[in-house]
Amino acid sequence: MTDIIEYRDVTVTAPDLTILDHISLRIAAGERVAFLGRSGAGKTTALKLINALVKPTSGSILIEGTEPHDLVALRRRIGYVMQQPALFPHRSVFDNIATVPRLLGWDEARIQERAAELMRQLELPLERFASRFPRALSGGEQQRVAIARALIGAPSILLCDEPFSALDPLIRVELQTMLINAARDTTLVFVTHDVREALRIAQRIIVFDAGRIIADATPDGLRKHEHPLVRRFIASVECGDG
Amino acid sequence: MNLLQLTGEHLLIVVVAVTIAIAAGVPLGTLAHRRRRAGGIALRVTDAVQTIPSLAMFGFLIPLPILGGIGPRPAIVALVLYSLLPIVRSTLVGLQRVDPHVREAATAMGMTDRQLLWSIELPLATPTIVAGIRIAAVTAIGVATIAAAVGGGGLGTLIFRGVAMVDTRLILSGALPAALLALVADFVLTRVERHFARRRGEG
Repeated sequence: MTDIIEYRDVTVTAPDLTILDHISLRIAAGERVAFLGRSGAGKTTALKLINALVKPTSGSILIEGTEPHDLVALRRRIGYVMQQPALFPHRSVFDNIATVPRLLGWDEARIQERAAELMRQLELPLERFASRFPRALSGGEQQRVAIARALIGAPSILLCDEPFSALDPLIRVELQTMLINAARDTTLVFVTHDVREALRIAQRIIVFDAGRIIADATPDGLRKHEHPLVRRFIASVECGDG
Repeated sequence: MNLLQLTGEHLLIVVVAVTIAIAAGVPLGTLAHRRRRAGGIALRVTDAVQTIPSLAMFGFLIPLPILGGIGPRPAIVALVLYSLLPIVRSTLVGLQRVDPHVREAATAMGMTDRQLLWSIELPLATPTIVAGIRIAAVTAIGVATIAAAVGGGGLGTLIFRGVAMVDTRLILSGALPAALLALVADFVLTRVERHFARRRGEG
């Protein structure tokens, strides 16, 4: 397998604060990876390094083996979903979803076809939702549109930053399954503070704490991991209050 | 001169001035949003202009070559200067109010700065910008009455003549249509503002 993302000794600092501390990490094409950690652990910063919303203070990030120079072109190949759906409020659902393909210059028939397929997978029939505006949708529906908007350009990487943490638990589980199905052909990097979610979604879980990686394991490996913080994460699930 | 012609003159001066102020003010407000220092200076200058009493402003313009003198031209220049502040400020505020998550999403999708500005930021700021244009227009309709002092014409002509002749009816014959114009402009532009707000998804 080839590495699609590589962090080479990456440090990110803010004034008086080290956010990421000499991180090195390789992610293979097609992997489903979760970045797990408490808030402030550096996982979101690590995620935003991939689509260059954050620049490393030192070290480098390689995407498909090279350091990207054309950031606009890079970002069009990487899907991004945040906790807030952040749909464009002045654009219809369809126009929101069509954003990236239009930037890429696809013809409308192809956009229509691909949008319909994605929306079917996300159980949001395009014919019923296409002309609606974001304000008329529930939080879960908005987030599904955000996922479709991120996936329509067939990105090689999908980045998710706690996309479901604002949703109620039942919808969350439903959307996790939909996301995994819709993003089958994509490398998925998923930030979460919820161990259960990490265990359900990821094939590989990377645990961040205070800007460092303290564990890098499969879900099974994580359950047996000896680091005290990881033990606490796992214990919280086993007690049933995670 | 009949009332209709004076009203027409009045309206023309205001429309020309506000149009120029929009053409200059929206780019200035956008610049103010992009470049904080340049923006700070632009705001301070337009702020300072706003504090000049209008009669004095017209007086200052009389001796100036090209922009000043007597007639509609200095009147338009003065009204442009007064209209700039609300338009620059509302453009700036409108752009600042765009949800940072929406901006981040657009950037992360690979929009260039220019695409972000034209397809996301300006459309979302439009209702706020129109609110600034409304304030500018209503103010300009009032201030334009003073333009008659420098021979700018318009409804102020009747007011100044009425003041000189101590003729209340003559004053009112200029003042009432001016007030009516302001109310109509306010009504129409409020509708425009709401239309854009609805399209933006707030209505």
